[in-house]
Amino acid sequence: MSTRVKVSNVSKNFGHVVALNNVSCEVKQGDVFFIIGSSGSGKSTLLRCINRLENVTSGDIWIENDLVTGPKANIRKIREETGMVFQSFNLFPHLNVLNNITLSPRIVKKVSIEEAEEKARILLKRVGLLEKERAYPEQLSGGQQQRVAIARALAMNPMVMLFDEPTSALDPEMTKEVLDVMKDLADEGMTMMVVSHEMGFAKAAANKVVYMDNAEIIEMGTPQQIFDNPQKERTQRFLRNVLRT
Amino acid sequence: MAKINNKTKIEVTDGVLIPARDDSSIFSAWRIAFYGAISVLVLLPVLSPEPYCHVFKFVVGFNEDWHFDFASSGLVKTFEVTVLSIICALIIGLLVGLGRISRYPVINRICTVYVEVIRGIPLLVQLFYIYYALAKFVKIMDISAAVIAMAICYGAYISEIFRAGIQSIPKGQMEAALALGMTRSQAIYRIILPQTIKVVLPPIGNEFIALLKDSSLVSILAVSDLLRRGREYASTAFYYFETYTMVAIIYLILTLFFSRLVAIMEERMKTDVNQG
Ligand SMILES: Nc1ncnc2c1ncn2[C@@H]1O[C@H](COP(=O)(O)OP(=O)(O)OP(=O)(O)O)[C@@H](O)[C@H]1O
Ligand SMILES: [Mg+2]
Repeated sequence: MSTRVKVSNVSKNFGHVVALNNVSCEVKQGDVFFIIGSSGSGKSTLLRCINRLENVTSGDIWIENDLVTGPKANIRKIREETGMVFQSFNLFPHLNVLNNITLSPRIVKKVSIEEAEEKARILLKRVGLLEKERAYPEQLSGGQQQRVAIARALAMNPMVMLFDEPTSALDPEMTKEVLDVMKDLADEGMTMMVVSHEMGFAKAAANKVVYMDNAEIIEMGTPQQIFDNPQKERTQRFLRNVLRT
Repeated sequence: MAKINNKTKIEVTDGVLIPARDDSSIFSAWRIAFYGAISVLVLLPVLSPEPYCHVFKFVVGFNEDWHFDFASSGLVKTFEVTVLSIICALIIGLLVGLGRISRYPVINRICTVYVEVIRGIPLLVQLFYIYYALAKFVKIMDISAAVIAMAICYGAYISEIFRAGIQSIPKGQMEAALALGMTRSQAIYRIILPQTIKVVLPPIGNEFIALLKDSSLVSILAVSDLLRRGREYASTAFYYFETYTMVAIIYLILTLFFSRLVAIMEERMKTDVNQG
């Protein structure tokens, strides 16, 4: 399998705060790459450096053959190649569901309205919300909003999807409907990087798990290796704490 | 400057008390003032046509047989100055507001300095200054000088409203737009500004009312607005008290009328937000 995302010795500082310290990892095509770690360990920052919502302080990131970092990078192309799903959904409240999904294909990729809407309906069907195309975000439940947000990101045909705690703002029932959609995506071979604490989902869908602490990747492996047989003491402690709560 | 979230109402200290339906005491105070003012406006000329009826005709722009004369109407002039000024001020305000959130330090600095300078100079002084400064270089129509001065001044205040409105939109909106491949200007135009409109419309309505009141200052620039027509009448007929009573009543009715309009608009916005 070819490499989709390559992160090489990336560091990121916010003033004196070190958010990423010499982080390296590789995501292959079709990987479901799971990132766990305590609050403030740099998980969001790692995702945000990959689509350049943040600029790295040093190091390199590639998506396929495109260098993300560096002054000559084509930022728009990078953003088209990556779809991002946020903890707080961030749907556009003044646009209905259909327009939320079609706006970017239309104005960024110059797709015709008909084509964009046709694609949007296919995606809405996939996330089980076809009947909501005329609804506005505030008329939807959190889980429905997040599924629309996933459809919106998919509408740009990304090569890799970045999920930053997509279910943290949801109650268990809604969490399940979002995770089901993500599981389907994974089964279809979508390359995904997921920051989440849903260990059950990680076991079912992920093929790589990374544990981050204090701006560094501490341990990396398959779900079985990390969850059932962690090697590092810090990973063990983290998992004990997570499982206890 | 404090950030405000999406639901915050941007408070403007300069406006009249804005009646809202859930605030019954202000609303009834508004009623007393509004209908009281209208009664006075009708009763005074009826009970004592000389001078009140003549003042009214002269100031508002009716001739002896109640024919409306557009050109000599102080009311029309006041509206002309107010509407032209607010339109120019909105354009300046939007551009400067965007400039103040610009990533380019030079633009940012220029806009901030403009706002600071303008807010530090009384409007009346600005009016004199622009009028006579412009007169040095070009022969400028009185009303243009007035409109330019008012727009430059109010543009600064309105830019603050736009800036606060834009900053009240959650950061995630811009991030989501960028993550979808939009450029910053696409994101501002398609995502941020449409949401800002709802937040800024009521305070801009208040600025309109404040501008309507301040437009009386242009009477010093030989613009025949309501107040100047009143002065013209008073100085020939020597009915100072009676004349300014009528002028004040007319301003009051206008202000109260528009403040109610702003309040209704604000309520509409609220229900719009709730219903989507
Ligand atoms: N824009 C920013 N400015 C300053 N510091 C920041 C910024 N973004 C993140 N940080 C800091 O960088 C560190 C890593 O933050 P990050 O958001 O990546 O953590 P996280 O692992 O996603 O945590 P959480 O689980 O709470 O979301 C934290 O110490 C945070 O305070
Ligand atoms: Mg985070």
